[in-house]
Amino acid sequence: MAITMTDAAAEHVARYIEKRGHGAGIRLGVRTSGCSGMAYVLEFVDEVQDEDEVFDGPQDVRIVIDPKSLLYLDGTELDFVKEGLNEGFKFNNPNVSSECGCGESFNV
Amino acid sequence: MALLQIAEPGQSEAPHQHKLAVGIDLGTTNSLVASVKSGEAVTIPDIDGQHLLPSVVRYMPCGNHLVGAEARTYAASDPDNTIISVKRLMGRGVSDLKTLGDEAPYQFDVNDGGMPYIKTAAGNKSPVQVSADILKTLVARAEEALGGELTGAVITVPAYFDDAQRQATKDAATLANIKVLRLLNEPTAAAVAYGLDQGKEGVIAVYDLGGGTFDISILRLNKGVFEVLSTGGDSALGGDDLDLALADWIAQQLDIDIDGNSVSRYLMEKSKQAKEVLSGADEATIDLEIKGRKQSITVTRAKFDELVSPLVKRTIRACRRALKDASVEAEDVLEVVMVGGSTRVPLVREEVKQFFAREPHIKIDPDCVVAVGASIQADVLAGNKPDSGMLLLDVIPLSLGIETMGGLTEKIIHRNTSIPVARAQEFTTYQDGQTAMAIHVVQGERELVSDCRSLARFVLRGIPPMAAGAAKIRVTYQVDADGLLGVHAKELTSGVESSIQVKPSYGLGDVEIAEMLKASYLNAAEDKDMRALREQQVDADRLIVSLQDALVADGKQLLSPDEYKLLESEIEKLIELRNGSDLVAIERGVAALSKASDEYASRRMDHSIQKALQGHSIDELGESE
Repeated sequence: MAITMTDAAAEHVARYIEKRGHGAGIRLGVRTSGCSGMAYVLEFVDEVQDEDEVFDGPQDVRIVIDPKSLLYLDGTELDFVKEGLNEGFKFNNPNVSSECGCGESFNV
Repeated sequence: MALLQIAEPGQSEAPHQHKLAVGIDLGTTNSLVASVKSGEAVTIPDIDGQHLLPSVVRYMPCGNHLVGAEARTYAASDPDNTIISVKRLMGRGVSDLKTLGDEAPYQFDVNDGGMPYIKTAAGNKSPVQVSADILKTLVARAEEALGGELTGAVITVPAYFDDAQRQATKDAATLANIKVLRLLNEPTAAAVAYGLDQGKEGVIAVYDLGGGTFDISILRLNKGVFEVLSTGGDSALGGDDLDLALADWIAQQLDIDIDGNSVSRYLMEKSKQAKEVLSGADEATIDLEIKGRKQSITVTRAKFDELVSPLVKRTIRACRRALKDASVEAEDVLEVVMVGGSTRVPLVREEVKQFFAREPHIKIDPDCVVAVGASIQADVLAGNKPDSGMLLLDVIPLSLGIETMGGLTEKIIHRNTSIPVARAQEFTTYQDGQTAMAIHVVQGERELVSDCRSLARFVLRGIPPMAAGAAKIRVTYQVDADGLLGVHAKELTSGVESSIQVKPSYGLGDVEIAEMLKASYLNAAEDKDMRALREQQVDADRLIVSLQDALVADGKQLLSPDEYKLLESEIEKLIELRNGSDLVAIERGVAALSKASDEYASRRMDHSIQKALQGHSIDELGESE
């Protein structure tokens, strides 16, 4: 079981955390909602919970995830991409069977 | 597909719920759009990586238009259809434009409402439409960059913008199909960008040296509210003047004839580049090629400083005046914020630092700082930070009042009141049987209406005829969070009502507002005397009118011819006094006439009681008790 992130994603996460001034890493997760059943969660981490799994990404960025979300996200790679003027994070999740048109929610 | 941004712990939005909101700095020379992404407020560049959008629109005969850098290239070749600095025209009436002189080179067409339209190849365009075209370009850029439709925007305006200019800005946003979350004062936005709204309460100076204008604003942060203590500046002093000073020197040194338009523009461009180099280096070499002749000249930082020093000194003098207007000393200023590209010039920073005796804030790009602050506010207002207590308030720059009898101003909402606010005051009728009341909304600090700015007029009709003073008319002034005014009048006994929204008609310039404020201080004593005189005159008028009415009604019946004549001549005497300007004499005259008419008044009273009792028996009266 593992979660990874690209260098580009790590670089941006590290910079955002530095700007924010504090943070123990980046939390990835899923929750139920949205038009295709599940939605991704991407948040700064202030406190790592006991049950959380922690993976080390590039540039000493820690990826934090709760065990339930890990079931849906195993093998996911977090990427940072530019699409025209738009830029942001993208989950490359091998478990996804269908996605809603906008990509904000998905099904496994 | 939508790309994700990082949220604060526990605050991930449900999908499709994240509200996209932007801050827009709609500037005289350049405009910017910014948004908060992953907790960081950043300006959004266009496809070429340019953050600044020149505030220039060119209209073409085919009906299309260009916005930005491309439009600006036509400024010289097609000046009639290339609209620059449209912000200076916002909320202005035709009569105001004349005072702008050479600054408004376009062909104007005047419509019935007194709103100026600019004649272009694509038809008549109002300043509001031109601004809307600039806003549309920024919004399209933001929607593409953020990957969705915008919930709303915070748009910044100068602190000295009056209601008409603010309304015009809001109208431009409506025309561009943007929901305005709030209009925010530019200096306030700059202070927010540095997080000063979360900091210590106190006086903040915002020094804004842009491309063509200089503004200094003295703010006070008090219980989460930014009050504008004073504004000042020079609407014809900016970075372009620094370039010009250097260009003139180069031309003199190299003996270049700058008569030609293209040569002077070329020199200005080269000077601008040299100025930018000198912000980081001690000297800059300028290579020129004019009419095939190659030349080169080196300018040192010291020389450049010497050239622009008089201009920088001028801004410092304006700072001193602004502090004086705000009645604060330089050492009372807690924080100094630098805004505008020209504040990158080391000499500017040095002089500002010396004057205020503290390090100015320069960390955020001075071109972007206003838009950045606006975007932080937009993010909060859109509801993306539910636990944030930050609710930024602004204040009314000039008092809002109503005209009362005698041409006096009754202030209903005082300046520096935080907004949104609603205040009501009750007024009454002045004459018997008065069925309508004219409401004249004015803005300014002076006691006389003629010295204030007229914003709107409307009439409340349908007041039932009553004795003077019996009607109760409640006038409510309501200013929303954007600083826009609505006035509502209601007669309380009958319920008739009427209201008005202040629409852009004529606006005040920054200089005028500063002048008006200054005039109110200078003329305070004189104004007070004038007010007392006018009030006394109104008193006299009331007595004269009511007596004349009474004499017509029953004077001949109740008074002997001698008494009647005496009273008439006493009235004449008061009219004469009233038209003079001797306050004490009018006061005495009113007292004298009241005394002279006392006997008549009591006879009238007896007479009307007798009339009321006629035909009734004592028993009847007893029953009705």
